[in-house]
Amino acid sequence: MTQYPPLIIADRTFHSRLLVGTGKFASTQIMQQALTASGAEIVTVALRRVDLSNPQDNLMEAVDRDRYLFLPNTSGARDAEEAVRLARISRAAGCDPWVKLEVTPDPHYLLPDPVETLKAAEIMVKEGFKVLPYINADPVLAKRLEEVGTVTVMPLGAPIGTNRGLKTRDAIQIIIQQAQVPVVVDAGLGAPSHAAEAMEMGADAVLVNTAIATAGDPVGMAEAFRLGVEAGFKAYIAGLGRHSWEAEASSPLTGFLRSNHA
Amino acid sequence: MSFWQKIIQYRWDRIEAAISRKTAQDVRQAMRAPNPNFDDLLALLSPVAADFLEEMALAAHGLTVQRFGRTIQMFAPVYISSECTNSCVYCGFNRHNQISRATLSVAEVEKEVMFLHRQGFRHVLLLTGESPHHVPVEYLMRIARKLRPLLASISIEIYPLTTNDYRHLIQNGVDGLTVYQETYHIKRYAEVHPAGPKRNYRWRLETPDRGGQAGFRRLNIGVLLGLSDWRVDGAFVGLHAAYLARRYWQSHVSVSFPRLRPAAGGFQPQFPVNDTHLVQLMCALRLWLPDAGLVLSTREPASLRENLLPLGVTQMSAGSKTAPGGYAAKENVEGQFEISDLRSPQEVVRMIAAHGYEPVWKDWDASFLNAAEH
Repeated sequence: MTQYPPLIIADRTFHSRLLVGTGKFASTQIMQQALTASGAEIVTVALRRVDLSNPQDNLMEAVDRDRYLFLPNTSGARDAEEAVRLARISRAAGCDPWVKLEVTPDPHYLLPDPVETLKAAEIMVKEGFKVLPYINADPVLAKRLEEVGTVTVMPLGAPIGTNRGLKTRDAIQIIIQQAQVPVVVDAGLGAPSHAAEAMEMGADAVLVNTAIATAGDPVGMAEAFRLGVEAGFKAYIAGLGRHSWEAEASSPLTGFLRSNHA
Repeated sequence: MSFWQKIIQYRWDRIEAAISRKTAQDVRQAMRAPNPNFDDLLALLSPVAADFLEEMALAAHGLTVQRFGRTIQMFAPVYISSECTNSCVYCGFNRHNQISRATLSVAEVEKEVMFLHRQGFRHVLLLTGESPHHVPVEYLMRIARKLRPLLASISIEIYPLTTNDYRHLIQNGVDGLTVYQETYHIKRYAEVHPAGPKRNYRWRLETPDRGGQAGFRRLNIGVLLGLSDWRVDGAFVGLHAAYLARRYWQSHVSVSFPRLRPAAGGFQPQFPVNDTHLVQLMCALRLWLPDAGLVLSTREPASLRENLLPLGVTQMSAGSKTAPGGYAAKENVEGQFEISDLRSPQEVVRMIAAHGYEPVWKDWDASFLNAAEH
């Protein structure tokens, strides 16, 4: 039996390589069932959606913190200052010092601001947060973030919620080649095959929300993504064959060179 | 540069004519377009598009679920004052109407918001008539400071202000601005706003620009359906929303669909908008602006609100009162207009859940704005 290595982020070990988000679900019950079916161990929640001062907050209650790493995110923050302020508030309210850093000044495509993200990451790391930054698929930015001490990098496959798959494939490939921290492909993955593709390329994990939450059957889709991630990861470990677009000619075209020299 | 420079490049009658010339082929093409252009929007608003309503509705539903999920964000209006210096012919607060008027004290506003807070609301919209004498900007700043600890988001729908005044409000914790042009038809606008500061079309038109420059996180615009031809007004509101989203790229833009309701003064809409028209308008704007918020208020009756829910709506009010003090603070003050959906917020929330949507009470946080630290 092949032994599969676990995912290690900062000092924690995870057996699932699928992270899931909690937005866009039709109800908290469906969300909880989908979380279970996904096998995820890390669940991200938008701080803007929860009332940290209320221990009975619906969404906070719905995510069992003994079972999942509760990963608050700063979605909605427009600059570093706002993101940092939000992270501090979440820690003050008793959340683990883990944060999915999202600085998305444009509320339409929700694309991450590289400058403010780097600035925020620097401050947060100094303050002791474990920072998982959401970034565009920019290999240089990924290295810069790694240098300031983020515990992952999370490049996007396509803009959030678009379900378009790995549109940034080539840049993600470079990030994976260069990274010394886990690479979690975040955003835009619309089908289990997209997740499998990212894992086959060597991504350490993926994060999925919209494609699960808005599926006809979110629970079934969560399971499908779990299987897709597993399949992709196992294929990566097993060593994928190289693409061969044409059958190799049985009599090589350059065979004459050898016979001439014979 | 403001939307004024943009809108003067368009002529109402030409757009009206272009809409009436659209063919079924134009509509099909518009529905297939990955990035619809203005001509596509006109096709979607045209009379022939009525034959494609079901396809448009399916596409609008699909886009909305993809972008916003199965969620509806809840909010409630809070009227601070019914004093007004304008004489808008359709409005119950028209200064010529002999109604009992009121302006709430800060404590009374707080009492209203406490009432809404107990019902679950964390997003409120503060409204006033246009009377800076009764409700000066400083007064609104005081109210915002007082309400901040109770709320996740405070928006305003008040008389137009300068960019600087908007900045002051933002610093005190107001994050959203709602202002309706009512109608983009310049002559019609003058007819229905015969006197008062609101007569100034351009000042009002540029209000969302000033709000965007000041840094509001949410800009909400709309037309008052019934004042002019909804197809042309729909095209202009679509154009305006797209302009704002592009220019103030850090603000989220949403569009409301207020239909004229009975109010003191007894104004009758000259261009009535029926339910089919409303559906077509909502779907057309969703296809034109996949990321825009679409807001539906209690002006619409309960049954229609249920049916409109899956067509692209992202925000809903519930249990609304349109009189200052109407929730808890006062009795016997008249409202701006009659609301139609009289159900309690809890009933509306149950309806939303029964349709497979999650009602979201909080989708913002006061700590985003710097004001939180003051």
